[in-house]
Amino acid sequence: MDYHILREFADSWFLIFLFTFFLGIVVWVFRPGARRTYEDTSAIPFRNEDKPASSEEPGASRDSKE
Amino acid sequence: MWDYIKLIALGLVAVLAAIAAGNARDLAYQVNAVEVMLAAAIAFIWVLRTMGSRQPVAQNEYFDGVVRAGVIATTFWGVVGFLVAVIIAFQLAYPALNFEWAQGYLNFGKLRPLHTSAVIFAFGGNALIASSFYVVQRTSAARLFGGNGLGWFVFWGYNLFIVLAATGYILGATQSKEYAEPEWYVDIWLTIVWVAYLAAFLGTIFKRKEPHIYVANWFYLSFIVTIAMLHIVNNLSIPVSLFGSKSVQVFSGVQDAMTQWWYGHNAVGFFLTAGFLGMMYYFVPKQAERPVYSYKLSIVHFWALIFLYIWAGPHHLHYTALPDWASTLGMVMSVILWMPSWGGMINGLMTLSGAWDKLRTDPVIRMMVVSVGFYGMSTFEGPMMSIKAVNSLSHYTDWTIGHVHSGALGWNGMITFGTLYFLVPRLWAREGLYSLKLVSWHFWLSTIGIVLYAASMWVAGIMQGLMWREVDSQGFLVNAFADTVAAMHPMFVVRGLGGVLYLTGGIIMAYNLYMTVARQPRVESRSVAAVPAE
Repeated sequence: MDYHILREFADSWFLIFLFTFFLGIVVWVFRPGARRTYEDTSAIPFRNEDKPASSEEPGASRDSKE
Repeated sequence: MWDYIKLIALGLVAVLAAIAAGNARDLAYQVNAVEVMLAAAIAFIWVLRTMGSRQPVAQNEYFDGVVRAGVIATTFWGVVGFLVAVIIAFQLAYPALNFEWAQGYLNFGKLRPLHTSAVIFAFGGNALIASSFYVVQRTSAARLFGGNGLGWFVFWGYNLFIVLAATGYILGATQSKEYAEPEWYVDIWLTIVWVAYLAAFLGTIFKRKEPHIYVANWFYLSFIVTIAMLHIVNNLSIPVSLFGSKSVQVFSGVQDAMTQWWYGHNAVGFFLTAGFLGMMYYFVPKQAERPVYSYKLSIVHFWALIFLYIWAGPHHLHYTALPDWASTLGMVMSVILWMPSWGGMINGLMTLSGAWDKLRTDPVIRMMVVSVGFYGMSTFEGPMMSIKAVNSLSHYTDWTIGHVHSGALGWNGMITFGTLYFLVPRLWAREGLYSLKLVSWHFWLSTIGIVLYAASMWVAGIMQGLMWREVDSQGFLVNAFADTVAAMHPMFVVRGLGGVLYLTGGIIMAYNLYMTVARQPRVESRSVAAVPAE
């Protein structure tokens, strides 16, 4: 395991891995049905402003908007 | 039981620090050891006096005490950092201000790292820790992980790190690495604090009640993890003595330089960019009262930014002993980095689409928008300066300093001011800010201050670069270094004045925030509806 092995690995397989990972994310972001999920996620800052969601009901943090 | 363990540990630390102070080989180490001893003793007394009487943690409330403390520390260190900045700016313009009686302690060389660390790590770091604790609790709908102890340990531990580093610089403890000046024992302490910070942050995310992790938390988390990695690798050093501050770096030569700028540039990328983007993605939507423009873009922004930033460091080492391929790689990556940076800027700015009228009425949102604007400008300027041909003119001149400050004052400073104005009325349950007029004053003073700073440094830097490369018909250099310094004097004065305006704005903010807490009526029961900004 000297420097050259690491370097060859870095500029071949790992580069491909990172690149496909990134392309995969871009594709994943535009998957069907993503819009609804992201609308909900981007509304997170607008709930639970004053106190944590109660522990009994895990979904309780969502308010009745949907 | 747990309290007894704490008492034993704190007592042991105090005794060991006292021994270290007694055996110290140099003054900086001795003073730092005394500071550690005092901190441990104070913590010991506090644990002893509150034993058995501390309230159990209320899981149905957010842990805002530590955020309040962080807001106070941010404001305090901000004003201190800006003050030191103004002093050193005038020391450069008028060298006589490097007083003879303070030589070796308060001259430019000693105060400069004090300034950079005070604004980046003390002001910026406290702002990041406080705002991340605020944001991660709200967006996870859960109280901060680790009870009250962990949060307070992070806050006090981090501020102890700042005091140790600052007093060390003045007394001569430095490993001469830009933005990584603290010596080995301070580095070890920061590592411990940082692990506690990561635990508190990640622990809160683990126990979140929201199914998704909000994008701001992704940015904060990448900031925490990457800073840990950078800090450890760049500070690999062997102390000369256990009782002295001096240490020797493990890497040497160009490897050390490359490690340093891999650290240095990613401190910009992950401390001053990713962390503050976390702020942007929470506080801009909150202040604008509308969700982020495109959540999809924010995800692509995140991954593109963290994949690209880490490679940009070599552009600090153009035309040095660094191999050409490495600096070319750094340059190319820096130019590509323009894309995610502007993606993020567009996302922040467009969050206001449909609410642009708020710019007229709400000086806080104006501050945030200008901050995002400066983010866009400095992330355009940065890639441009990383191009080798441009860099051959700009490198080692004050253009670089101007670039850094348009990012630091414009982007980091302004988004932090906006965040503080957002947080203080909420954290202390006050009915809005004491005076929006003062916020407007702050806004204009700092904006004009930044413009003076950046413009004078463009002129100074480009002039100096051109003077350095000027040759006569015989091929001799025309200007001596001192000629360029003399020519830059007027620009240095303008820069100092810009700093005075920025400092004045900071003091106005501190007064306004204090009066908000002292004078504004309390809000009795806070409804979910946000307090109107006007």
